Amino acid sequence: MTKRFALGIFEDEDVLLHAVENVREAGVKIYEVFTPFPIHGMDDALGIERSRLPIAAFFYGVIGLSFALWLQIYTLGFDWPMIIGGKPHIALPAFIPVSFELTVFFCCHGMVITFYTISKLYPRWKTPVLDVRSTDDKFVVAIELNEKTDLNHLTQLLRANGASEVNEKEMTKF
Amino acid sequence: MMIILAGVLLLVVGLIVAYLNIGGEHHEGAAAAHGAAGAGHEGTGHHGSPLWLKRLIVSLWHNNVFFTGVSTIGTVFMAIQYVAYAGWSVLIKRVNEALSAWVVPGGILMVVIFCIGLINHDIFHWTMPGIMDKGNANYDALIAGKSGFLNLGFYLGRMIVFIGIWAYFTKKLRDLSLAEDLNGGTEYFHKCINVSALFLVLYAVSSSISAWDWVMSIDTHWFSTMFGWYVFASWWVSGIAATTLCTILLKQAGYLRWVQAGHLHDLGKFMFGFSIFWTYVWFSQFMLIWYANLPEEAVYFNQRLGGFNGQYTWLFFFNLLINFVFPFLVLMTRDAKRQMIMLKIVTIAILIGHWFDFYLMIMPATMQENNGFIIEFGVALVFLGSFLLLMTKRLAQASLVPLHHPFLDESVHHTT
Repeated sequence: MTKRFALGIFEDEDVLLHAVENVREAGVKIYEVFTPFPIHGMDDALGIERSRLPIAAFFYGVIGLSFALWLQIYTLGFDWPMIIGGKPHIALPAFIPVSFELTVFFCCHGMVITFYTISKLYPRWKTPVLDVRSTDDKFVVAIELNEKTDLNHLTQLLRANGASEVNEKEMTKF
Repeated sequence: MMIILAGVLLLVVGLIVAYLNIGGEHHEGAAAAHGAAGAGHEGTGHHGSPLWLKRLIVSLWHNNVFFTGVSTIGTVFMAIQYVAYAGWSVLIKRVNEALSAWVVPGGILMVVIFCIGLINHDIFHWTMPGIMDKGNANYDALIAGKSGFLNLGFYLGRMIVFIGIWAYFTKKLRDLSLAEDLNGGTEYFHKCINVSALFLVLYAVSSSISAWDWVMSIDTHWFSTMFGWYVFASWWVSGIAATTLCTILLKQAGYLRWVQAGHLHDLGKFMFGFSIFWTYVWFSQFMLIWYANLPEEAVYFNQRLGGFNGQYTWLFFFNLLINFVFPFLVLMTRDAKRQMIMLKIVTIAILIGHWFDFYLMIMPATMQENNGFIIEFGVALVFLGSFLLLMTKRLAQASLVPLHHPFLDESVHHTT
């Protein structure tokens, strides 16, 4: 699947922040903004909704907790019961540390894997980068193009808002 | 502004007087009832004060330890914010300063109540005469072994020094803050950082030792290395809850208009986190003792779990429920930490819960099976009333916003 993008290159994050606001006000949908470092207020400017990752995290935690309890209760209580320290086979206070650790383990691994999958940051042979300078000192605004987009108008809009250059780029597998 | 504040102060004072009356009545009625009961019990070989008096003295001690500790947290919280160069908390700084208004009277009461407790040795078993002397009828080899630490002179000396330190630094930070309001400039801010850093070091040591002294030495034979942290965690989370509650009440009364959901969110995160921290410390203490099951250690939990006909058992689980499960589940979502009503419910629950936490630390060893609640609630209300009286008075004494604090602007624009 091939996608075409108009890339507005910016030099300064303040200019970028206002440009993003203005471009969105002008009714243009921004695909993504690539910056070398996180910019305060960018999420609001882009109108990104709050992540639903915490909800996923909660369920990963619940899965981890259930797994931990099952593991300990089944192995120590049913599969191979042993008397340890004169405690009952299923001694819940002794299970708490392991349950806690496995809950955290499942939770954080689940979150990291989910996050990387959703934002397509998983390892690949060839990493698609729209403009390598966005990893150095430039700020890149990517706007997806289709047949109806007026490229000239878009270029003017980005230029008027402080873009130092506007490029067009095609990307496969993005 | 000051006039409106004075109006609110009067209103609060009115409320407090009502509180005091309720507290006083309860407490007299209960005391009378228990005086009669105590007289009936005297034949059973009970030593020390009559039960009602013993209950009164022990509950005075219990409440004073709780309130003085919570009060000191105001200064500790502020000191930590200074040392961390934190900007967000500037708007609630005056609430912290007001919270620590109880340190001085609480400290004086601490010494007074300790001395009252000495008369019949109601609070501390190790103060019994002859308990450290070999050959005496009261001799207890275990306690005698601790005589280097638990002797009256050293104990009282420590108590006075610790309270002196807390009171001095509370006053120092308050004075610097007020001087900053008048004169401005960053010089006070830098001075506050140095003062705070020194205070935190001293507080780390003194809070831990005071926890052993004031609470752990009631169970003289028993010891736990987690105890200093445990008591501190309890004080700390209640102190933050008190700060949050006061901030919300002030905001709802129309003050602190700059305090936004972001500030409350941060306070909520603090409460959420430190409720878990308290549980972590509590569990670290409990699990090791439960697992090793050494008689000299397990006796502490034997008394609280099923001991004395099991009358502390419900409190034991209630303690975990209200101080861990409840804040944990309620404050888990982001929205709950930003809503005043949710925070109000949780702060009140935490404050009540940690009051009961101290109840559970102190009562089983002193009152054994003769514990009760009505006198204790009465005393708690009297303490709460006086505490609020001093706190609101101090709130009214200065502008609620530290005018010339260098981070004020950051705090006003704080978002999370």
